[in-house]
Amino acid sequence: MAALTYHAPDSIDAAIALLADASSPPKVMSGGTDLIIQMQRPKAPDTFVVDVKKIPGMREAEWSDDGLTLGPAMSCSEFTKRGDIKSVFPGLVEAAYLIGSTQVQGRASLGGNLCNASPAADTIPALMANHAICVIQGPGGTRHVPVEAFVTGVGKNCLEKGELLAALILPKPTPGTSDAYLRFIPRTEMDIAVAGAAVSLTLDHKGVCQRARVAIGAVAPTAILVPEAEEILVGQPISDDVLERLAKAASDAASPITDRRGTVEFRRQVVGVLTKRAALIAAERAGDQS
Amino acid sequence: MSEAREYQHIGQRTIRPDGFDKVTGKANYGADLSLPGMIWGAILRSPHAHAKITALDVSQAEAHPDVFAVATYQDFPSVNAEALAAGTARKDLVDTAANVLADTKVLYHGHAIAAVAARTEAAAQAALDLITVAYDVMEPVLTIDAAIKDGAPVLHDDMMTQGLAEPASVASNIAARMELKKGDVAVGFADADVIVERAYETPTVHQGYIEPHATTVRFDDNGPSMIWCPTQGHFDVRARVAQLLNMELGQIKVVASEIGGGFGGKTTVYLEPVALILSKKSGRPVKMTMSREDVFRASGPASASQSTVKIGAKSDGTITAMQASLHYEAGAFKGSPMGPGCMTIFTPYDVENMYVEGFDVVVNKPKAAAYRAPGAPQAEFAAEMAVNELASKLGMDPIDLRLKNAAKEGTQTIYGPKLKTVGLEACLLAAQSSPHYQSALKDNAGRGLAAGFWFNIGGQSSVMIHLNPDGTGSIIEGSPDIGGSRASMQMMAAEVLGVAPATLNPIVADTEHVAYNQTTGGSRTTFATGMAVIEAAEDIIEQLKARAAELWNVTPEQVDYQNGIALNLSSDDHLSLAEICAKAEKTGGQITGRANINARGAGPSFAVHLCDIEVDPETGKTDVLRYTAIQDAGKAIHPSYVEGQFQGGAVQGIGWALNEEYVYSADGVMENAGFLDYRIPLASDLPEIETIIVEVPNSFHPFGVRGVGETGIVPPLAAVGTAVSEAIGLPVTSLPCSPPKLLKMIMEQG
Amino acid sequence: MKTHVSTTLNGDAVEFLCTPSETLLHVLRNEIGLTGTKEGCGSGDCGACSVMLDGALVCSCLVLGVEAEGSQIETVEGIAHQDKLHVIQEKFLEHAALQCGICTPGLIVSTKALLEENPQPTEEEARYYLAGNLCRCTGYDKIIKAVMDAADVMRQGA
Repeated sequence: MAALTYHAPDSIDAAIALLADASSPPKVMSGGTDLIIQMQRPKAPDTFVVDVKKIPGMREAEWSDDGLTLGPAMSCSEFTKRGDIKSVFPGLVEAAYLIGSTQVQGRASLGGNLCNASPAADTIPALMANHAICVIQGPGGTRHVPVEAFVTGVGKNCLEKGELLAALILPKPTPGTSDAYLRFIPRTEMDIAVAGAAVSLTLDHKGVCQRARVAIGAVAPTAILVPEAEEILVGQPISDDVLERLAKAASDAASPITDRRGTVEFRRQVVGVLTKRAALIAAERAGDQS
Repeated sequence: MSEAREYQHIGQRTIRPDGFDKVTGKANYGADLSLPGMIWGAILRSPHAHAKITALDVSQAEAHPDVFAVATYQDFPSVNAEALAAGTARKDLVDTAANVLADTKVLYHGHAIAAVAARTEAAAQAALDLITVAYDVMEPVLTIDAAIKDGAPVLHDDMMTQGLAEPASVASNIAARMELKKGDVAVGFADADVIVERAYETPTVHQGYIEPHATTVRFDDNGPSMIWCPTQGHFDVRARVAQLLNMELGQIKVVASEIGGGFGGKTTVYLEPVALILSKKSGRPVKMTMSREDVFRASGPASASQSTVKIGAKSDGTITAMQASLHYEAGAFKGSPMGPGCMTIFTPYDVENMYVEGFDVVVNKPKAAAYRAPGAPQAEFAAEMAVNELASKLGMDPIDLRLKNAAKEGTQTIYGPKLKTVGLEACLLAAQSSPHYQSALKDNAGRGLAAGFWFNIGGQSSVMIHLNPDGTGSIIEGSPDIGGSRASMQMMAAEVLGVAPATLNPIVADTEHVAYNQTTGGSRTTFATGMAVIEAAEDIIEQLKARAAELWNVTPEQVDYQNGIALNLSSDDHLSLAEICAKAEKTGGQITGRANINARGAGPSFAVHLCDIEVDPETGKTDVLRYTAIQDAGKAIHPSYVEGQFQGGAVQGIGWALNEEYVYSADGVMENAGFLDYRIPLASDLPEIETIIVEVPNSFHPFGVRGVGETGIVPPLAAVGTAVSEAIGLPVTSLPCSPPKLLKMIMEQG
Repeated sequence: MKTHVSTTLNGDAVEFLCTPSETLLHVLRNEIGLTGTKEGCGSGDCGACSVMLDGALVCSCLVLGVEAEGSQIETVEGIAHQDKLHVIQEKFLEHAALQCGICTPGLIVSTKALLEENPQPTEEEARYYLAGNLCRCTGYDKIIKAVMDAADVMRQGA
């Protein structure tokens, strides 16, 4: 294991100061479930770890008129037990619930999952589908970045030196909106997503789609929005034909690779299947919301 | 003793004597021992899958202040090429030595090259960077086809294929060829109305024991050196280490720690000889552990295989000919279980004409090790898939087809002996009347069944039973307990002696405190060590009778012993075992029973498994809906642990069939060397595993026992493969049935 | 340079020294000497190292030793009460829910966490909650039976 220096500051400002001045490459630690594994790789560099779990607010989730402000270090286990969040963002909660085992859930966080920026991260498509906004604080002050611009490449995010993710904002959805997240794994648990799809839909009281946002994961270097989703869904009821066209759009938008978890063909095909199935679930839930 | 009878203890579900320590975390496994002054060893592993070592310089590591010792292949003086040429070393030990620390070549990515011992784990790892190695990198050979084609890079310049009609004159990657036959398959196929012929393949899989290899050793100049390790065979560890380090057996004591799974994979040595060298050179105890990644990269998996099977039958279902050609990957050194594969493949069938040909092929992957019924799952997968296809073609129920051709008492096996009483037919009938087989099948699901066979072995076991003056006692045995066998030993001794099992404490002794015991493997323990326990108990009974006779002043022939009580046949006197023990001092000293045997008469165990699987046609995802494992145990000493063996083997086979495989890059680097991407079954992946214990007693064992540990992994591969084939309507020929593979088949079908 | 850590372990106040890079698993086994928690993979994929940390079920191989400062940790060694086994431990023995036993400490800790969170799980819920605990010997069948039986007994207040 690489050598570490470890700090657990009790305020954001203290964390920013540590990150800005760090001697070795600094890493923010939340649940540690990705970080500790990375630090154990052969030839991993010495690391300056800033544990943010003791900073007030980093592990809490609170509602305001604008929506949900989520502390990025809240464990998935705590997050997924929140019935109030699940009733508004069931898809986001199920995405968070799918990360790893119960033991990983006890530590892993949405903020960590996002910042680690794995192409197969489960929460990122669901955050994107829900228009999540990243609140970034650093030596230069505070900035807001939409989540789809936060991840910049495989394992890369837009944080500059000294910056950390201070909060995630989930805007309050309009009435008649709900979401769903599905992923494909070969077993029933534990595996990294081979393909993932998150869908957020707004239906009017007649079941006609008013708004749609679809994001797919594990089929490109980063999670991506499916651009034609709005065009295909808005103004339509959720029919089989619409769903098939949506599936095709998702498959076409994907640019997957072949690796030890799946082939190009498999991922492309399955992401389409997941998208239409997630859309159906989101539609059923949205129908219950209006 | 093999007729059905009432037992006091046999057949009960006692609490295992070692259980308290296991559920409280007190039990000590391989990595749990630390000694005063202990230092840590670490291994430098090859970054290349195939290369000549042109230079190895450990001087910088040796000179480092944190480093106590360094080990290389040069530290095995007695098993190098010279010794082999002189005939003083066995070839298989030369291979073991070169696997433990590479000789002139590295033969797989992760192959151990050298080792250091340092004050801390971290210091040992860091010191590996001080060792310089120069390589002449060669092209790796990663599949059977690549290994056997003309012009393939050759792993061993001296490998001349054994078993050819014309001796080989050119080195190749085929270590051996074997052929077995019975009757004349040409005649059999000519008689057939229907023929099925298919090619199959199975992947490299790992035994998947949750406990990585680990050892703590202390070299001692003045007495036996001590090796603590998790192993299925501590006497075998002793023998191998003694040979490698040129020591006498009495100079090494091996203590078998509790073992966190082996399944055949812990029947060899990896760390122990290296740790002992480091301990000898440093004068300190040394601890070494393998990481999970090391376990995958550098410990022995089960051989990948390619097979072709051809079966002919008459339209009434009589099988007239069975033929197979089997290729097994041995990994970097010869010795795949090609032989047992050839022997077992068609043994569930009483068919006159059989021909099997097998090839042991080396490839640049870790040296294969045994895995539960080694060789049989691969071979019987192919045979059972073909038999199921045959049933389909004939329009026959697959159980009826097997019943019609089932091996039974008197069947001539292809490998020589005739079968004695066996339970295949009983298993088939149990399958046919099982609730599972009677149940309706879900839509989108397929049902598969398959038979399986494994020989089981006997072999050497040594046991002593010491009785205390109060009648309690210890059972000193030497079979490392991998699945609860101490409970069975306790029950068998208690049954014979007529006492409560809890009064006898079973102990797995180290190599100094008990005589030689063969490795726990081959499903031998309950059979052979059990037999020794029974004989030792009977030895005690003879002594108890003699002591009672002396106390009563009669001859031993006038004393009977039943249910823990000695009876004076010429009066009404009786004495319990405890009462006799209380007077042992007066009658000649304390009482010890013993038996050192070479058990013969192991009975084979047949099994039949049923499996229902649903496949999602849009994604290829599989869901095991229902599973039943039916197997002949002869006599189930402890039914819970017998069921446990059935269930464990079934689930390993399900994993082998559905999701487990080694994934290699073109450079020969394993890409999924961890439990994240090497996917063994999870609790949520599985339904209940229903079990049916069939008991067709083995008359060679006093209680009728047949070994059960291994057969259970044989049927699942074809039971699952057939269920999937039925579900998707396409023949599965390649394992694992992973979703990308299945979806591809489904989509190509249109 | 080692860090001094004060923590509460199975109800006892415990202090230890560790480098910041040492995992809690390594500290438990090597600094404190409690070897009941096992290392099966070191990467959070097998659950053999499961412990409770401040009331959450975690893999101790994915926690740094320094994070234990001021925390409450429960390991398998803290579950029985001297010689009196917890119901879960009794049921594991009764149902033969272990063969080699290496996964058992992790499963005992995880099962206790499961039943504290959900005293009446369905079989499916139990299997999914325990999915992070790999077992290679048993096929899980008897483990789940032990868990469901323990749940029944614990609900009856035994």
